[in-house]
Amino acid sequence: MSTPEPDAEEMVREEPALPVNLRRDSPLVPVDSVAGRALMAVIAILTFLAALSAGAAVLAARASEQWRGAVANEMTIQIRPDARRDIEADLALAVGMAAGVAAIESVRVVPKPESDKLLEPWLGAGLDLVELPVPRLIVLKLKAAAGPELAAFGAALRREVPSASLDDHRLWVRRLSTMANTIILSGVAVVLLVLCAAGLAVAFATRGAMAGSRDSVEVLHLVGADDAFIAREFQSRFVQLGLRGGAVGGGAAILVIGLLGWLASRWRAAPEGEQLQALFGAFEIGWTGYGAVILVAMVVAAIAGVVSRFTVRRYLRGLA
Amino acid sequence: MVRFENVGLRYGMGPEVLKDITFSIAPRSFQYLTGPSGAGKTTLIRLVLMALKPTRGLVNLFGQDVARLDNETLTAFRRRMGVVFQDFRLLDHLTLYENVALPLRVLGKEETSYRAEVVELLRWVGLGERMHAVPPVLSGGEKQRAAIARALISRPELLLADEPTGNVDPALGRRLLRLFMELQTLGTAVVIATHDITLMELYDAPRLVLADGHLHVDA
Ligand SMILES: Nc1ncnc2c1ncn2[C@@H]1O[C@H](COP(=O)(O)OP(=O)(O)OP(=O)(O)O)[C@@H](O)[C@H]1O
Ligand SMILES: [Mg+2]
Repeated sequence: MSTPEPDAEEMVREEPALPVNLRRDSPLVPVDSVAGRALMAVIAILTFLAALSAGAAVLAARASEQWRGAVANEMTIQIRPDARRDIEADLALAVGMAAGVAAIESVRVVPKPESDKLLEPWLGAGLDLVELPVPRLIVLKLKAAAGPELAAFGAALRREVPSASLDDHRLWVRRLSTMANTIILSGVAVVLLVLCAAGLAVAFATRGAMAGSRDSVEVLHLVGADDAFIAREFQSRFVQLGLRGGAVGGGAAILVIGLLGWLASRWRAAPEGEQLQALFGAFEIGWTGYGAVILVAMVVAAIAGVVSRFTVRRYLRGLA
Repeated sequence: MVRFENVGLRYGMGPEVLKDITFSIAPRSFQYLTGPSGAGKTTLIRLVLMALKPTRGLVNLFGQDVARLDNETLTAFRRRMGVVFQDFRLLDHLTLYENVALPLRVLGKEETSYRAEVVELLRWVGLGERMHAVPPVLSGGEKQRAAIARALISRPELLLADEPTGNVDPALGRRLLRLFMELQTLGTAVVIATHDITLMELYDAPRLVLADGHLHVDA
């Protein structure tokens, strides 16, 4: 408005009385600021919730991918110290048995300093563990398709080396995967539900706005506006509200996720932080996560536009 | 241009407000529509505007039966008409400038393309200083002139004016009447609904007289 095109400027010079602050292009749909703000707040809250659940789903997906990659194809043999037995001999025996199983690709004995280090978070550093009866670990890497022979191996191991036990991580991984999948599915379901709720809210708000401006709509019709024009006017208003609400809600969600990630990284030094990290990964949703959040916000705005257009069209058809 | 044959209209289940109305309006003609208050002048104008459907009879606009119009043609026909409502029906949240420009804006025109025209017309009806005001702060006469300007801005082929001089002083009323006459010489068919006898005596023209729901033409 403050920078008219050259020819317009010329015209204004010709007719100096045209006020500079003249409103020339206000929206044709009366801007009911209270209802508009309320709708924007609803959209912002819904977007926030949807974006958080999308973020949680991405987080769960990434974390479970990490576990699956790392432990899906591993088992460990744990050999408990027993005063009546020689632990080193038991270790050698177990390794020898494991090496004979076709489904096992490689066998690695975790050296004592390394397994001692695993206990550090619980016992503290600087403790001399040489004297303590610390279990020893053997890590078995499995081939892709491993079946019943592993069960037989477990039974044989128990028979030959009573102090050994076979930990099958795959059961754990399966349980954790089910949990992660549940989280992912719930996240997706929540996102879908929230999108529906946003659509309904926009539909009701549009109907309200239409009913409130019934008179303006009739005048627009009588001065020659077609349905498409009127629908565009309403739609642009609701897309604007949707965009603003989506931006606020999505921005808040990104902020919260970023904050949680920062807090998690501060806790990481503490032992409980390591447990958290084990469960949730690095608590970072990464670019995919932020992308998902932004996508949710944009979808909400798009829904606002589509739903309001559809509602207006139906309302106008009802008038005819 | 407009032809009614045996048109009847009732609101809801009420009595027939208009009965057996038969008349026609020729291009470039000038006529008054008169009759006592409540006779149905506004109703007749709404029928021409296709804002109401007749309960019986035939309404023919620009050579087409309106009962069989699709939406696009209906909009196209409305764009060929200008209307001054008795109650003005300006949009309260828009400035006078925006209200007057509305018929051009709904055509999708650029604001700069009609600015000079709108300003000129607003000046002509004496609203040059008030174009930034919104209707709720205007006097009845000012709103009336804005409503007239809005009806004229798109240079309609048919002008329907419902009591266009009801709220202005006689001098301005005469000036507006001259404006309508000038419009007619430029090619617009003009229908002025009024019960102002002095106005009708200023310029003699055929009168469509409504009484008891019937219409007769006083040439
Ligand atoms: N929406 C409506 N519903 C029911 N009855 C109506 C409606 N509009 C008008 N009427 C009735 O139709 C009759 C004609 O009304 P109309 O407004 O056409 O009269 P008019 O000639 O324009 O009167 P005036 O000179 O006072 O403006 C009146 O009896 C009025 O009460
Ligand atoms: Mg009337």
